[in-house]
Amino acid sequence: MQQRNRLEPYFENLVFERDDNHMVINFGPQHPSAHGQLRLILEMDGEQVAKAWPDIGYLHRGMEKMAENMIYNEFLPTTDRMDYIAATSNNYAFALAVERLLGIEDKVPRRAKVIRMILLELNRIISHLFWLATHALDVGAMSVFLYCFREREYAMDLMEDYCGARLTHSAVRIGGVPLDLPEGWLERLNWFLNILPEQIELYEGLLSENRIWRMRLENVGVIPPEMAKQWACSGIMLRGSGIPYDIRKEEPYELYDEVDFDVPVSETCDSYGRYKLYMEEMRQSIRIIRQLIPMYKETEPQLLAHVPEYISAHKEDIMTQNYSLMQHFVLVTQGMRPPVGEVYVPTESPKGELGFYIRSEGEPYPYRMKIRAPSFWHTGILQDLLPGHYLADVVTIIGSTNIVFGEIDR
Amino acid sequence: MAQHQVNYAASGGLPVALTTVDKLVNWGRTNSLWVLTYGLACCAIEMMASGASRYDFDRFGVIFRASPRQADVMIVAGTLTKKHAEFIRRLYDQMAEPKWVISMGSCANTGGMFNTYATVQGVDRVIPVDIYLPGCAPRPETLQYAVMLLQKQIRKRSIFQKPKPKRLV
Repeated sequence: MQQRNRLEPYFENLVFERDDNHMVINFGPQHPSAHGQLRLILEMDGEQVAKAWPDIGYLHRGMEKMAENMIYNEFLPTTDRMDYIAATSNNYAFALAVERLLGIEDKVPRRAKVIRMILLELNRIISHLFWLATHALDVGAMSVFLYCFREREYAMDLMEDYCGARLTHSAVRIGGVPLDLPEGWLERLNWFLNILPEQIELYEGLLSENRIWRMRLENVGVIPPEMAKQWACSGIMLRGSGIPYDIRKEEPYELYDEVDFDVPVSETCDSYGRYKLYMEEMRQSIRIIRQLIPMYKETEPQLLAHVPEYISAHKEDIMTQNYSLMQHFVLVTQGMRPPVGEVYVPTESPKGELGFYIRSEGEPYPYRMKIRAPSFWHTGILQDLLPGHYLADVVTIIGSTNIVFGEIDR
Repeated sequence: MAQHQVNYAASGGLPVALTTVDKLVNWGRTNSLWVLTYGLACCAIEMMASGASRYDFDRFGVIFRASPRQADVMIVAGTLTKKHAEFIRRLYDQMAEPKWVISMGSCANTGGMFNTYATVQGVDRVIPVDIYLPGCAPRPETLQYAVMLLQKQIRKRSIFQKPKPKRLV
């Protein structure tokens, strides 16, 4: 239905004036703890939520449509703006989907794989630190926010040293990575990995046994395992409900089958259990990166896959060989032409299962691209999760779902 | 600020500082710019980072407020979509005068890379903007520089003159 007068507020099938004791509250879309532009319409029975409607679309920028008019390499920077807290995990999920479509997944050089994995896990740490910072801020612990951002800046510095950007990295290319690690980067990474566990203990010391924190998180936002499955939860939302499912273990991509790490699972199903999981996942990420550093040193220096029909040759070849230059010209002006087919590749982003579905008709542009973003499902669950909770817990639950709106609305 | 033309010792040690009303008012305004957090997308993260430990926005007297009634500056950080446009106008109208707007990032300036059916091509089509801040996403230093530029702009203003009406693009 079209809106009649754009200046008048318009609410779908919603009556604010009611005769019974229920009250309808509009939460968002511009609310400091809505984690972006979530609009919740809450029907309140006293202090308790009787019904909740999450309303999304306030950050819909038409990314999937944009993808249909862009060559594959062109779309990669756009994926940065989806889950902007951990941009590399989006870049990577997209690059992996295209690589599998092209059938060049095995040709990605080992060094590129190691660098990608270091970046992915670093992004997981950045994302989890950011989650803890904002979640604690929403619940009322301001100092945790400041502490978390302090450590997050160190990780951002590492990302900046590698790719030059703090937030929108574009640090992965289809077929590999654009750059080798800069000099001294691994030492700085090591330093960061050494200070981080102490800091995680500091956060836990501030929060885990804190009475207010426990009262606000324990038994709040309980997701039973059946509900988690029904709503297609993934990532920590699923593991917080006692289901040990991690795509890094189930369908290992990159070198995840070569490194040792545990998948923490919580049986409590509540926000507190999920908070514990986030802390544990950061430790596991540190553990993974520690294993990757010696692996990096054993690899050959090649960074991009050698597939001349899809990926430009090395700069030196382009400058010296005519045919490479011609191919590079075609790849830049027209774009690569993947074979006809479709592919769906799931990856474990910090938020959950992030997958790209690409349908190719053999043209340089995808015929259709569907992005399966975890936050979308985690927003949907709010309508089942919120009823019965108090209004003050709504903020806790939104924080605990760790949703990002760039990813939901795309 | 103060014009130290008074010889304190000569005038019996009176604690007098001479200034103009303009300077006094502008001094107060520039050093307590309370900001309405208008975090829409990626730039909001950089806005939070500039408020957090390393960049420490409080040094500028910039304190983030969640309510438009308590804010002087609106930092529009992120992509404005057509669905959201009426809300930004409503919140802008709710802010008390004097008020300023900083448009943070390419999306807020011009729509940026999102030239699609859903995106407003620049917030200046909806609300008047004082400072445009380039970058995708701008670094926290850039945001702080923008606030310093805004302070400069405010200092030039006289409180007796009626400010020129701000216009949309």
